[in-house]
Amino acid sequence: MSSTDTSSRFYVLESHPENGSLLGFWLYLMSDCLIFACLFAAYAVLGHNYAAGPSGADLFNLPIVALNTALLLLSSITYGFAMLQMQKKDLSKTIKWLAITGLLGAGFIFFELSEFSELIADGAGPGRSGFLTSFFALVGTHGLHVSFGIIWLVTLIFQLKKHGLTTENKRRLMCLSLFWHFLDVVWIGVFTFVYLMGVLS
Amino acid sequence: MIRKLALLSLLPLMAMLNGCKLVVLSPSGDIASQESHLLIVATALMLIIIVPVILLTIFFVWRYRASNEKATYAPEWNHSTGLELVIWGAPLLIIIALGLITWITTHTLDPYRSLDRISAQQPLPADVKPLTVEVVALDWKWLFIYPDLGIATVNELAAPVNVPIRFKITASNVMNSFYIPALAGQIYAMPSMQTKLHAVINEPGQYEGFSANYSGAGFSHMRFKFLGMSQQDFDHWVQAGKAHKNELTREAYLTLEKPSIKDPVQFYGSVTPELFSAVINRCVDSKDMCKSQMAAIDAKGGLGLGGIDALASKPSPYAALFDGSALKKQVVVSQLCTAKEAVLRE
Amino acid sequence: MFANLNLTQLIFGRLTLESIPYHEPILLATFAVVALGGIAFLGSMTYFKLWGPFWRDWVTSIDHKRIGIMYIVLGIIMMLRGVADALLMRAQQVLSFGDSAGFLPPHHYDQLFTVHGVIMIFFVAMPFVTGLMNYVVPLQIGARDVAFPFLNNFSFWMTAYGAVLVMISLFVGEFARTGWLAYPPLSGILASPDVGVDYWIWALQIAGVGTLLSGVNLIVTIIKMRAPGMTMMKMPVFTWTALCTNILIVMAFPVLTAVLAMLSLDRYVGTNFFTNDLGGNAMMYVNLIWIWGHPEVYILVLPIFGVFSEVVSTFSGKRLFGYTSMVYATVVITILSYLVWLHHFFTMGSGASVNSFFGITTMIISIPTGAKLFNWLFTMYRGRIRFELPMLWTIAFMITFVIGGMTGVLLAVPAADFVLHNSLFLIAHFHNVIIGGVVFGSLAGITYWFPKAFGFKLIRFWGMCSFWLWTIGFYLAFMPLYVLGLMGVTRRLSHFEDPTLQIWFIIAAIGAVMIFLGIVCFVIQIVVSILRRESFKDVTGDPWNARTLEWSTSSPPPDYNFAFTPKVYELDAWADMKKHGYVRPETGFRAIHMPKNTAAGFAIASFSSACAFGLIWHMWLLVIVSFVATLVAVIVHTFNYKRDYYIPADVVAKTEAARTALLVSHVH
Repeated sequence: MSSTDTSSRFYVLESHPENGSLLGFWLYLMSDCLIFACLFAAYAVLGHNYAAGPSGADLFNLPIVALNTALLLLSSITYGFAMLQMQKKDLSKTIKWLAITGLLGAGFIFFELSEFSELIADGAGPGRSGFLTSFFALVGTHGLHVSFGIIWLVTLIFQLKKHGLTTENKRRLMCLSLFWHFLDVVWIGVFTFVYLMGVLS
Repeated sequence: MIRKLALLSLLPLMAMLNGCKLVVLSPSGDIASQESHLLIVATALMLIIIVPVILLTIFFVWRYRASNEKATYAPEWNHSTGLELVIWGAPLLIIIALGLITWITTHTLDPYRSLDRISAQQPLPADVKPLTVEVVALDWKWLFIYPDLGIATVNELAAPVNVPIRFKITASNVMNSFYIPALAGQIYAMPSMQTKLHAVINEPGQYEGFSANYSGAGFSHMRFKFLGMSQQDFDHWVQAGKAHKNELTREAYLTLEKPSIKDPVQFYGSVTPELFSAVINRCVDSKDMCKSQMAAIDAKGGLGLGGIDALASKPSPYAALFDGSALKKQVVVSQLCTAKEAVLRE
Repeated sequence: MFANLNLTQLIFGRLTLESIPYHEPILLATFAVVALGGIAFLGSMTYFKLWGPFWRDWVTSIDHKRIGIMYIVLGIIMMLRGVADALLMRAQQVLSFGDSAGFLPPHHYDQLFTVHGVIMIFFVAMPFVTGLMNYVVPLQIGARDVAFPFLNNFSFWMTAYGAVLVMISLFVGEFARTGWLAYPPLSGILASPDVGVDYWIWALQIAGVGTLLSGVNLIVTIIKMRAPGMTMMKMPVFTWTALCTNILIVMAFPVLTAVLAMLSLDRYVGTNFFTNDLGGNAMMYVNLIWIWGHPEVYILVLPIFGVFSEVVSTFSGKRLFGYTSMVYATVVITILSYLVWLHHFFTMGSGASVNSFFGITTMIISIPTGAKLFNWLFTMYRGRIRFELPMLWTIAFMITFVIGGMTGVLLAVPAADFVLHNSLFLIAHFHNVIIGGVVFGSLAGITYWFPKAFGFKLIRFWGMCSFWLWTIGFYLAFMPLYVLGLMGVTRRLSHFEDPTLQIWFIIAAIGAVMIFLGIVCFVIQIVVSILRRESFKDVTGDPWNARTLEWSTSSPPPDYNFAFTPKVYELDAWADMKKHGYVRPETGFRAIHMPKNTAAGFAIASFSSACAFGLIWHMWLLVIVSFVATLVAVIVHTFNYKRDYYIPADVVAKTEAARTALLVSHVH
């Protein structure tokens, strides 16, 4: 029987594995990115199937799209400010910038919903053609993600108020940050490949 | 040489199976023959690896069983670069060979490729006139149109021996697969799309044809007879077909398109010209816009806002099969009524 | 009156009394059996007062070991259902010739082949491999649980509810009649307006979410929670295969989510992703579903390759041959599995160059796969092979799988595929690799790790019966199908004209019955072993003299797995520790940080599944209420910040002392 000295090299007394939340969230986000990739692919395949109906050039309202893009990009900046305040450990300013982000996001959703309802009222709904199907699916999925992001943001504000800038809450803010900026990047893809190129064709 | 070796290695198995008709391995059409030959060669190539692996497994299991004290026991031996080279290299060589065979045969046996010979013994005559057959996979029967001969049939296909056949294939509503094992490989039949198959039948006889892609309630009965005949018999068959009073008009086709199971063989003595093209373009009903026209319009950017309402709603093609309350209507784009609409852009 | 009608519609959607198939005798008989069995089960749970422990220790458990066991139990139950469907199909195909239409009308038969495939892939094979990975991986890497224990519990319940939805479709409504991948336009709203395809869509979406999150979970676990000293190249091979599998999951399942969502939009909202008339493209579905579908089969088989690596090494008493090349082979297979999907539809007419490319990439995958096989062979070479059951399953796998692999490479030659696609030859091929691979491997893995999970071995006799019935049954059931495929017989037929086919179907039916008996013997094996567990008890924690860290714990391991996290120096860490005379510490224990059990996973899964049920039946009120409930449950759960607790040091000390006593008693 060997002395315990030799054996003790085979274990450690304390072990604290690194927190995996950010890696896990990244992985989930990349899987979400794949869903968007499929939707972009569907748009690439179906995007010119107008079924003798209207095309993007006929339907897209570029000023509203520009407004929406500005709102979303600005909301990414304000989220960035929120994160800076988080680093500075200033709870009230963090919440303030989060709230502004949420409002900008809500504005985005408002204008997008009004764009959608106008299209549907005109008969150019998702059922009209392959093009409109893939348009509504891609842009709609993005909008759905932004909406869930807003719900998450509001929930997080309440949690910040309740518990302050704890390690856990800071992790959640980082995850939402990843999510929010990711949606911004997807939107850049959307307005380039769908709106701008749609109007140009 | 390879073919002989291949056949030799498979001889015992084939002897066992002699009783049953392995049509895939003994077909009657040249394309299918080449494909069956390919099967045998590929199998033989792989058996070069598979048989030693199985034998080695059995040998090692027996020899290195724990009760066999005589066998060497080398518990720490777990690496050998030489062995790894063989382990990765031998299969790699086989796959390179198989890969070359794949590239070549995928191109030579491409269903879209015109035939370059009648059979291994017979080259393609210079003045050959291929037989064109247009195939529509319906629910749940097969429609064959002979556009150059002006007849059509349901569930019976005939062709003269040693004459290249050019199939053009589509479907009415769902995906099917056009397959006559004795003749050639299969190819999908898809709505609003045209696939092609080039084949030739080398021996007269009666062969089985069916759909090789599940397509609904009547799938198991979606079978047809393929008749290979001498040129003379084929001409008689055509004449008999022409004598039938039934005409395959647009209305007749629309009736035929309705779902039915176990349809008997039927002949049409005349066919509306361009019917097949209308089927592919989904405008047999002349109120519907043809897909070709839709594509041309879409290529120019669609019809604009004015085109939004150019839709019509019809009963579902499966209306008879389901309880009415569950049914959705089929929505289609309507044919353009006036030239004005054709120019409409915004 | 009008308002009343609307209310009924709002609450019940299209669910009516007619949806219950009380005029189908087979279903009625099945229901009677299920109801009786269910009452017996529920009755015993109540009589033995097991509901409390069941809820506290299993339903709400976030322990990866319990969740792993639950996955496997789910797989075994669903395997019984799946094989019952298979027996019915085999019987129909024996009887239905010429004028005889058999006993199953196409309406019923076409659901059978669809649901058989769905159940076997999603609710038998996936739970088996997920269960094995869940149980084993944290133990193999010296961790106390997975990275996200709550998510793990949630993932399990989502998978279980997917199975529940499929089972409900048997008695309420019906299942899809489209084949297991439900190609449109057949699965579109015009050709399949009834609930069947909707059951299919939502069962898969629910289960798919569970699987995707499980994928994220295990990747983070393996990357972040390995014991100190366990570099990537010192991980056990099973952990490597688990890592690659979960990468495949995270990269493939989103595609399934997207394409199912597209099909559901076509069916619910009238969009045109896959329609014929307004600009849809059904070929896009085929591509997308197989971009998921091919990685899926590697998700099934890679962990199994890992099982075989562990089993061959342990029962040959030798280190695994060529560890580095095994790792590289696994990674190469992972990457290549994304480059082959088109081989599932060579006959769709993509053109010779495209077909050749995918054919060649498919063949290339056989090279690393072959390398693995050779490495197992050379692990056996100059070893001391013990014919315990896991090893027998492995040997049967090695011989069976290579035949299936060969027919697979054959099918990978496009021009050969043109005559074999969708034939019974194809059916024989994939059953060959899935049964020879995934099933034999799952049974090997379950038998191998059973003593670790429960503290006693499985009885050998019933295991041998199961093994021989399965192996001989498999060959009898599927070799005839190769012959039938070469006779030109296609798949999914419920009726035949040619009587010369019948003898082959009869042989296949005999084989299917043998397989069924093999499963019954497997279940008997488990029951008998439980009843006689004292005589099969293992007190050492290492009944097989194995090589990896999970065998250093007690059997079953304590909740916390390791009192002290192991430190690793070599590959096959436990073998290394044994070689250097490792002795367990008996003092100095500290309090251990553990996650708490929670009902949140079960609740959220329940609400989402209620939403799915509502969507299937168009019960819009239920949909709205359950969707809101799901959201609320998620938000409420996020307000729970107290998800952990500490096991006091003295409890740890007591548990370890009990193990010491057990080990000492064994020596005496």
